[in-house]
Amino acid sequence: MKSSESADNEGLLVRRIKNGTVIDHIDGGEALNVVKILGITGTTQEALSIATNVQSRDMGKKDIVKLTNRELSKEEVDRIALISPRATINIIRNYKVFEKKGVEIPTLIEGLVRCPNPGCISNTHEPIQSKFKVMPNGLRCTYCDWVITKDVTSHII
Amino acid sequence: MHHIISIGDFDRNGIDRLLDHAGQIDRKKYDSNALGGKILAVLFFEPSTRTRLSFESAIARLGGTSLSVGSVEACSMAKGETLADTVRVVSGYADAIVIRHPKEGAARLAAEFSTVPVINAGDGAGQHPSQTLLDLYTIRQSMPIDNIDIALIGDLRYGRTAHSLASALSLYNARLHTISPKGLELPATLSEQLTEKGMEIIEHDSISDIIREVDVLYVTRIQRERFPDSASYFNVASSYRITPELLADAKKHLIVLHPLPRVDEIDPRVDSLPHARYFEQSRNGVPVRMAMLMQVMQ
Repeated sequence: MKSSESADNEGLLVRRIKNGTVIDHIDGGEALNVVKILGITGTTQEALSIATNVQSRDMGKKDIVKLTNRELSKEEVDRIALISPRATINIIRNYKVFEKKGVEIPTLIEGLVRCPNPGCISNTHEPIQSKFKVMPNGLRCTYCDWVITKDVTSHII
Repeated sequence: MHHIISIGDFDRNGIDRLLDHAGQIDRKKYDSNALGGKILAVLFFEPSTRTRLSFESAIARLGGTSLSVGSVEACSMAKGETLADTVRVVSGYADAIVIRHPKEGAARLAAEFSTVPVINAGDGAGQHPSQTLLDLYTIRQSMPIDNIDIALIGDLRYGRTAHSLASALSLYNARLHTISPKGLELPATLSEQLTEKGMEIIEHDSISDIIREVDVLYVTRIQRERFPDSASYFNVASSYRITPELLADAKKHLIVLHPLPRVDEIDPRVDSLPHARYFEQSRNGVPVRMAMLMQVMQ
């Protein structure tokens, strides 16, 4: 009985979408940050499904984000690699996986993260976006050289 | 287009070439009209004496002219204009821009919007490459830079000159000794970067511990505003003061450098000792900045 309920719930969690993007294999608990990185807010028109802490054979627990009627660009999905490098992206067309790809850590991140240095020129009213180089030890602000070594998500704009 | 924003923009050969050129200029081997007809815009949004005057002197000695806005209050930024717009406008009036600004990264931003070369003359607690080059030039006048033992003394947390110099010295296999008040130590991220480059950094409690070992004392100003009251400032400042008595134990060839202005860090009696090189260091700003201007404007 229990297993049947579980299967039903599982069915709801993984229900297919007709068109859009499924981001799978997100590290457990990071789905909301992925949504934040993608700039999806309460005013977004597309239907959005989020499943968190789903059992995964490979990962233990994983999160899934489904976005209907929107296909994410490579630049958008690569940003996800900052917090969840194992994530996979499935572009869905007419219920079928049209394209499946992993995420690649980009070399430069623009307009995504706010520099924590209050003295940085990127935190003023200048007409620029923040810019960070992705380094082995974290993200380095290209303006002031400040390095974010941990908790990148708390600096997302 | 060639900008000079950070000492990190140079490799070892680039630094050596520029210092060699500054040396030729110092020996009067240069064309005094090398930059004839060229205009340098001096955009200083923070107070400065040495850097500003030496850049103006440098362009004048090369036959060019300079223009500036005077004070921040006298320019359009006081009306709320962005630095980006100011730079776009000024780059239409001049052949190069020298900029000092209180915000870190301001020179990098200026370079993005300028259509002429930009030289960073100090951006907040960030970079000050022309100071570093003249520091290296002054060291090189007394000894080869390779493998020196140098002590950085004072405010190493906020002192941009110390940060830039330490970065440059990592190219010369120098050994770094740091002596600073609690809370004003070298930033951990910078220490890590330097250590990764193979630099040896040793922290000390007092200058007298290492005065016999080092070749260069690089003294920086400890700012009063970093301390809760005058008494605690004087208490700390006095323990970081360079005196003739302290230098009595130093190596004969040791040199004392300071980016100036000094306040209480160096006893005026040190001025007459052969170790004192800070006024010569300041004078060296002119040939070094002449070499920099020629590099970006020719």
